[in-house]
Amino acid sequence: MKKLLTSSVAALGLMAGGALAAEKIVVVTSFPEEMTAVIEKAFETAHPDYDIEILNKSTSSGVKYIQEIASANTADIFWASAPDAFEVLKGDGKLAKIAPNATGIPDMIGSYPMNDADGHYYGFAASGYGIMWNTRYVEANGLEPAKEWADLEKPEYHGHVGMSAPSRSGTTHLTVETVLQGEGWDKGWADWKWMGGNFASVTERSFGVPDGVNTGSFGFGIVIDFFAFSSKASGFPVEFAYPTVTALVPANVGVIANAPNEKGAVTFVEYLLSPEGQKVLFDPAIMRLPVNPEVYAEAPEGLPNPFEDKSIGAAVKFDVDKSGARYYVVSSLFDVMITYRLEDLKAAVKAVQEAEAKHADGSNAEAKALIDEARALIEAMPITEEQSLDPAFNAAFTAVRKEAGDAVEARQAEIEQQWDAMVTENYRKAKDLAEKAAAL
Amino acid sequence: MPQDTPRPAVGTGLADRLPAFLFPRLSGAALAGLLIAIFLLGFLIFPVLQVVYVAFIDSRSGGLTLQNFADFFATSLFRESFVNSFYVSAMSVVVATIIALPLAYITTRFNFGGSALIQSLGFIPLIMPPFVGAVAMSLIFGRNGTVNLMLREHLGFTIPFMEGLNGVILVQSIHYFPFILINLSASLRNIDRSMEEAAQNLGSSGLRLFRKIVFPLAMPGYIAGAVLVFIKVFDDLGTPLLLNVNNMLAPQAYLRITSVGISDPMGYVISVILVAFSILSLWASFLVMRGKDYATVQKGGGGLAKRDLSGREKVIAYGAVLFILALVLSPHLGLLLLSFSTIWSFAPLPDGYTWANYVRMWEGSQDYILNTLLYAGIAALGDVILGTAIAYIVMRTGLIGRKGLDYMATAALAVPGVVLGIGYLRTFQGVDVPFLDKPLAQWWVIIAIALMIRRLPYALRACMAALQQVSVALEEAAESLGATKSRTIRRVVVPLMTGGILAGFVTSFATAAVELSATIMLVSSEADSPLAYGIYLFMQTPSGRGAGAALGIVAVIIVGLGTFLSQIIIERDKKLKTSGAEH
Repeated sequence: MKKLLTSSVAALGLMAGGALAAEKIVVVTSFPEEMTAVIEKAFETAHPDYDIEILNKSTSSGVKYIQEIASANTADIFWASAPDAFEVLKGDGKLAKIAPNATGIPDMIGSYPMNDADGHYYGFAASGYGIMWNTRYVEANGLEPAKEWADLEKPEYHGHVGMSAPSRSGTTHLTVETVLQGEGWDKGWADWKWMGGNFASVTERSFGVPDGVNTGSFGFGIVIDFFAFSSKASGFPVEFAYPTVTALVPANVGVIANAPNEKGAVTFVEYLLSPEGQKVLFDPAIMRLPVNPEVYAEAPEGLPNPFEDKSIGAAVKFDVDKSGARYYVVSSLFDVMITYRLEDLKAAVKAVQEAEAKHADGSNAEAKALIDEARALIEAMPITEEQSLDPAFNAAFTAVRKEAGDAVEARQAEIEQQWDAMVTENYRKAKDLAEKAAAL
Repeated sequence: MPQDTPRPAVGTGLADRLPAFLFPRLSGAALAGLLIAIFLLGFLIFPVLQVVYVAFIDSRSGGLTLQNFADFFATSLFRESFVNSFYVSAMSVVVATIIALPLAYITTRFNFGGSALIQSLGFIPLIMPPFVGAVAMSLIFGRNGTVNLMLREHLGFTIPFMEGLNGVILVQSIHYFPFILINLSASLRNIDRSMEEAAQNLGSSGLRLFRKIVFPLAMPGYIAGAVLVFIKVFDDLGTPLLLNVNNMLAPQAYLRITSVGISDPMGYVISVILVAFSILSLWASFLVMRGKDYATVQKGGGGLAKRDLSGREKVIAYGAVLFILALVLSPHLGLLLLSFSTIWSFAPLPDGYTWANYVRMWEGSQDYILNTLLYAGIAALGDVILGTAIAYIVMRTGLIGRKGLDYMATAALAVPGVVLGIGYLRTFQGVDVPFLDKPLAQWWVIIAIALMIRRLPYALRACMAALQQVSVALEEAAESLGATKSRTIRRVVVPLMTGGILAGFVTSFATAAVELSATIMLVSSEADSPLAYGIYLFMQTPSGRGAGAALGIVAVIIVGLGTFLSQIIIERDKKLKTSGAEH
């Protein structure tokens, strides 16, 4: 009742004289409260005539929420890391085209374009992907810190690695795509499967990975950099490294179409991009890389400067169009081959690792042949890179008909079932072969 | 009530003596039934249909199809998930029974110090949001949790408590056994003492007495609880997700529905199958109970006779109770430690202890707490009113389609929260609230309604079990003495159902207080956020874990106190009845 009264009074108050109250800007975000609270406070100090209201939702819930409320939209800003979530909203016509007044921000970060080419969303901070580890865990298990993707494929890391699924987390999707582009389709997927064979688990939320490393449920996590920086800043015994093959990508902000307070929303975007707003990112609770090179003069110790340290994200020329063209196919492949068949994959990889340990010198030709065959079975891909980029093939995964007459050949469930049948059979055979080799 | 047994003419009105066609006999019960049906259609069936019709759409042509269901059964991953879900649900019922039975039996049958406290403590597992429970359980039983780190250090081996399907069974059993405990206890309390005494007079005692008399008479409560556990585990997301077990139906549905940008119909197909299977399980439980009369005619007996334990029995009973309590309260212990910890990382215990988490939590959380009390209170109150009404209509009237009310209400059990949330947004975003000038989907009341719908099955099962034990003869007696139908319900039926209704209220309130999946879709302003959402926010950051745990502890205390109070009321209620019978 109390709430009903207060809301009715508030409604009356608004009707009587809305000008008295600060104007509300509703921000839908996946960023943690610690980060948003700092920026909210800084913004409201700089613009006392606005009042920020944060709605915290996971990236996928946020996208769904904005899509569902569009008929009577009450949100002004969408604010999240993953560029692909913005692409989804943009594709649906849910993001307004704006031209914020911002200077000093380059067009590219690493080899990734900073802003949406059509002006629907803007990069405000940069993130790289890498490996985070728990120093206590590593010491107790007698392991070395892993700093390259290839390290995580080694047998000594079996059962020690955690990662989120690319279908669950837009940022994880970028990590997967970065390795695929950096190493090539077949080699890249082989890398993911050998790493996957060492996983302790594939977590449902992207935050589950730093959480697992922080608590020591597993020792190593494949994460976005600021998760590691802020965990360390909170006092957890963790460290972080950028592998050579990584990409720097922007975290973004966009104004929602038909925003009730579009002027306020643009003001917020402009503030984020201003040198003043960029410096707020250095707050220990945030620790994200600003996109304005000038402000790095005031950066805290230990935070890398990607505009000077060109090694971060330099190895991969990230192709956004390629990533976008096969977005759902890559997510789905990862789920079918790794997330949903993790136990089968782990068993096969473990068997190969044991067989290789037994025949480390490679003198037994018969065993070597069996092991090679097992490795090939694990690495085998159900589709080629050409297929993954075929728009007709991708159409089965987007399930959005452009016109009633459009013919789509296959259904996603049908294709996934074929993939699943192939990989489970391959993993099973690989395990048998490796066990046979180990018995020799 | 046309199908009712002929009633004596005494006290019937003029309308009853006139030809029936003049007055369409929309009795009170029929009117209530109609209103409830409209409510359920509007806030459950229609919004859910808005979402699940995707399951019947051919993504290629846009027409209606059953192809997606054919795909479901053709996919080995889904078949495997179905088997896993069934296995985990069945095993959880078994393990939950093993936990609940001794607690229920010892506390209701013997004079046992602190029975009310134990009943309340045993109930507490339910009031932790599943995601918090799994975090806390991982801290204690996880692969590098307290127990395993100590085992490894001192004994050189570890036990995979939390790995794979067995981990899910363990966590689910500990989380949901209260459904069995609370329903079974209510049932045991309502058993007529004379039945037991009769059996004893005929020479039955000990285990035989329990097997032949006590347990069969407690069956309605047990089945009610067991079905809840089965369906709830079958549909539960939080636990398998947090243990990262994907090969079960509910997580498969959830993962496919909520993946970024993907609109794969299979997620919705799985939702439809979840709903259908839950209704099927419920129907199976009706079949088991059909044709059996468990009603207690004489209510004055005040339940089973309680007796004193002998010294040795006492030791065993206390030992069993303490062991079970230690097990089921371990997540809370983990949460309590976490709430006072500075850093807790790969160590049996936290590095240090602090009050700072509580200070930080308190600074921004009063609203969450007040909102939760308001929403869960409204939801639980609505639930017991609806639950009692539906139970009465289904079991005591001959209204056409009355079973439909039951099925509809119970179907809510199987609707994933996120589906209901999306359904509400789809249905009510375009509906403006008069005078408030904002969409119904963005008004806080919708959150309370969502919670009410989600928790209605709990209250309903409890009310049904309670009503099943109230003999029709008592009502007939009241009516033959001249009481009207509504007076009979108010003065005879509802008072006799008090225990069950309270049990339903507490279950609904406690679980609504920690619900997250539907509310996370519906929260449209910070000021309207409930507690579980607050915990979720805190738990998204490395430094927020402690504060989130502190808020979790506040939730446990609030709901725990509520439960304890209601236990006292039930006990007092029972004592009153007992003394009333023995004066």
